[in-house]
Amino acid sequence: MLDQSQLDLPFLPFLLATIVKMIAMVTLYMVSVAYTTFAERKISAWIQDRHGPNRVGPMGLFQVLADGVKNFTKEESMPGGVNKPMFILAPALAFVPALLAWAVIPFAAPMPTPWGRVDMVVADMPIGFLFTLAITSLGVYGIVLAGWASNNKYALLGGLRASAQMVSYEISMGMATVCVLLIAGNVSLTKIIDQQVFMGWNVLLLSVASFLFLVAAFAETNRVPFDLPEAESELIAGYHSEYSAMKFSMFPISEYANMITASGMFVTLFFGGWDIPFTSWDNFGPFTVGKFIATFAMFVAKVIFFVFFYIWIRWTLPRFRYDQLMSLGWKIMLPTALAYVVIVASAILGLDMAGVQRGSWPFLLSMMGINVVLFVILFMILDRGRLVSPAASRLDRARLQHLRAQAPGRATLNPKEIR
Amino acid sequence: MAINVKVMDRPINEVSYVRATLSGLALTLKHMVDPHKVTLQYPDEKWDISPRWRGTHRMLTTEDGKAKCVACGLCPTVCPANCIKLVPGEDETGNRYPLVFEIDEFRCIFCGYCQEVCPEEAIHMGRHYENAEFNRARFVYDLERLTAQTHPVSDLWDPADPRGE
Repeated sequence: MLDQSQLDLPFLPFLLATIVKMIAMVTLYMVSVAYTTFAERKISAWIQDRHGPNRVGPMGLFQVLADGVKNFTKEESMPGGVNKPMFILAPALAFVPALLAWAVIPFAAPMPTPWGRVDMVVADMPIGFLFTLAITSLGVYGIVLAGWASNNKYALLGGLRASAQMVSYEISMGMATVCVLLIAGNVSLTKIIDQQVFMGWNVLLLSVASFLFLVAAFAETNRVPFDLPEAESELIAGYHSEYSAMKFSMFPISEYANMITASGMFVTLFFGGWDIPFTSWDNFGPFTVGKFIATFAMFVAKVIFFVFFYIWIRWTLPRFRYDQLMSLGWKIMLPTALAYVVIVASAILGLDMAGVQRGSWPFLLSMMGINVVLFVILFMILDRGRLVSPAASRLDRARLQHLRAQAPGRATLNPKEIR
Repeated sequence: MAINVKVMDRPINEVSYVRATLSGLALTLKHMVDPHKVTLQYPDEKWDISPRWRGTHRMLTTEDGKAKCVACGLCPTVCPANCIKLVPGEDETGNRYPLVFEIDEFRCIFCGYCQEVCPEEAIHMGRHYENAEFNRARFVYDLERLTAQTHPVSDLWDPADPRGE
């Protein structure tokens, strides 16, 4: 029944297909990174009631080319006292992990060829998102090295902040992905997509984990509201203060590359990857070129939405204060993520012991019910006054009680009364 | 809580971070999809500048293309910045005319006194602002340059409202 085009590739065509996929993905990725910078400028302009770049080419679309030429032809300055090898290495180190992590993300349904079925992922690793977690945590080295090698106190402060922040949020991120592992029973991203096709997207089953993952991903990519490493109002430009021309340009490029990778990971783990919602024709063989194109378009659409979401958030929220950042990461996100892992694990264990089939309606409904309850608790009750605004501590809690008692009917409070 | 960090004492119903975030997102989205943009597409569109705008000078000419200036010397006298250089000349019929009339636009403070004092309505402030040049010497406008200008001239005051009320 199965023809040759639905079977695994033999070795030589596999090698060739992998090389073709690598070249295609890197090209596509770099172009998307360039146009993400363009999208950022356009969307920020629209949000601020401006037009944005619109002079170079139709609607300003060639602005990225102009910027690229500009960055290549600018003077490369080498500040005095820098650690030269590190200074040159850092921009590359910042960019490479984002590109590497992209390799394991499946971006479409397999495509049939006369030699066999080509899986649409550059490297279908059995260790899946563990690889991604490992690689994205390498991203901090580029930033820390840039800060360290610059021989500039502001750059060093930026690098230190980046390392502290990324290490803190990595834990919550890992914990959020543990929930996916629990429900999928596998770390391979291809298998996780299969599981979501079977059970429904993880964002419904693991809403809290997906929210935590999203917030941690913002922190990991150093985007607003977590852009403390390059806080321009405090640290000039943070870790890339001393960089110029293309070396500087590598940092924004790596930031946008990280954004795209994080969106891709988020889509794959929680939004069904290349799965087209409400349909099942796209998920099963025999695979055709049409299915490949449709699923690829779906994946791209989802990633574009989350990249847009990143940009949207950036032009909405102000930056956290450093202590708020740390208290959010350690006092709120980490305990929540840990508790959620326990809750999900016990729920799955309980449902298994009760003999509820995984993926059956009672299983899905009870998982969703748990999430709805937790969401209400987290965002309707616990959020009030604790999450960020007045940083939480025992001292402040007493003050908050005082505030709560006074709150109804009063628009503002006299600060003198509180002290 | 870090030392010496001021805690913002906001009323409790305003400190729900998630809800504040959502309302902020709604606001930015509203502005994003709003087609009304405030940017003026400068080289393509320009603001209407005021009729009293005082820009770089222009010398008006008579019908036969000569400068109206009679080299009376009032404008270099009244000029507070000393930016007008005038060397008067006289032709065979006894008419005075400027041999040299130069205005250093870098020294000029654009007060408009020269236009106000001119008895012949020859020198005028221009309603004009695109003055870029590639070298500094080009900013000393000679008589030929001043008469060649075509941009509209300033009213200095609105005849209907001379006191600017």
